[in-house]
Amino acid sequence: MKPAAFDYLRPADLDEALAALHEHGTDAKVMAGGQSLMPMLNMRLLAPGLIVDISDLGSLANIKASNGHIEVGAATTQAALGEWPDLAEKAPLLAKALPNIGHFQTRNRGTVCGSLAHSDPSSELPLCLATLGGEVVLQSRGAARTVVAGDFQTAMLTTDCAPQEMVVAARFPVAVAGAGYAFAEIARRHGDFAIVALAAMVDGDTIRLGVGGVADTPQVRTWQGLSGDALDDALNAFAWEMGGSDDVHATARYRREIVRRIGRKVIAEATDAADR
Amino acid sequence: MPLIAKDAHHRIALTLNGESVEGYAEPRMLLVDFLRHELGATGTHVGCEHGVCGACTIRVDGRAARACLMLAVQADGKALETVEGLAARDGTLSPLQQAFHENFALQCGFCTPGLLMSLGEVLERNPNPSEREIRIAIGGNICRCTGYQEIVDAALAAAAVLRGEASKNQSQDHDDN
Repeated sequence: MKPAAFDYLRPADLDEALAALHEHGTDAKVMAGGQSLMPMLNMRLLAPGLIVDISDLGSLANIKASNGHIEVGAATTQAALGEWPDLAEKAPLLAKALPNIGHFQTRNRGTVCGSLAHSDPSSELPLCLATLGGEVVLQSRGAARTVVAGDFQTAMLTTDCAPQEMVVAARFPVAVAGAGYAFAEIARRHGDFAIVALAAMVDGDTIRLGVGGVADTPQVRTWQGLSGDALDDALNAFAWEMGGSDDVHATARYRREIVRRIGRKVIAEATDAADR
Repeated sequence: MPLIAKDAHHRIALTLNGESVEGYAEPRMLLVDFLRHELGATGTHVGCEHGVCGACTIRVDGRAARACLMLAVQADGKALETVEGLAARDGTLSPLQQAFHENFALQCGFCTPGLLMSLGEVLERNPNPSEREIRIAIGGNICRCTGYQEIVDAALAAAAVLRGEASKNQSQDHDDN
């Protein structure tokens, strides 16, 4: 349970980090908080030749609200976002989801963008980004592009980020005035990986529900004017469409039941939180 | 910091419990192994080595963190606190350690350093935590002996002591039970 040997670079700035990725490509791995990457190195699921450690790059540790987005830099920890004074007002869904991410000891180092780049199917931040319709900013030497959440996560632990690119920021849309948000997850213990995680947004008669932990990537549905039995039917159809499978944590049937029941619950909570 | 080659030993200087110390580590060396094998600070324990059990929890610049999920080279220049720094030099236990002692909050003691370092940050940030807040906070520390109830009791008792409202008769209470 010790990492295989690797070279280590702590770049002085973003340009030096991008130059290293340009030179080393698939042999290099960016480390921010390391709370997902370090376990994979320790278990030797990964053995990169070079680690590019951006955890101390102050220029990437920032949170900015602008152009309708909350932009979170790549070195910003989950703890720092959780302690951002405007969070509950500007991003109530993130405020509700963040305490469910791992434990406070891992949130102290784990980063927002690192969680997105890792893209575990059951993790909370990719689910929030997908539900809110946010985007990820990718940068390589001499080029930058933005990718919407739905296109960023392509499969389990797999994203659209190329080997020469790194996630430099994530953009979460600022809360819609009058809309309500809710988050819930079912796990064996607080802080464990979610068996199913759910995020809901209700704006007028529009319901948006995101579900993590069932399919390979977060799945989102938007419904207009549904309630009562029609909403139950929509939730049931959604639960079946995701095609979850049995694993050591839960059966596919149990996951469908969570989507139906807790889905109903988070939608009710988001409805209560909305101004009507 | 220039690139450090995989087989190069890098000099690491940091503050450990208020004292300046230094040692050498190659890039892949985990911080917890550096503490134990290079610096001889064996109070921090190595458990699961993938961030789940919490036995290796220390504080890095004041924040609780897993020493198995950090590289030694990442600790260069940082201020670390470990269980060795909790008691006074004359051996007087900290209020949290004393509360663990009085509430039977440890048996084998393997998880104890990590629990103490986790709870240290919790009690600093929240002087009056609820039982539920304590239980959530120690969700990241696995204990296979106590069943956790005594650890929760100790944390609440230590919080009371730190608020200055504690009974000195904590151990007497237990004798009466």
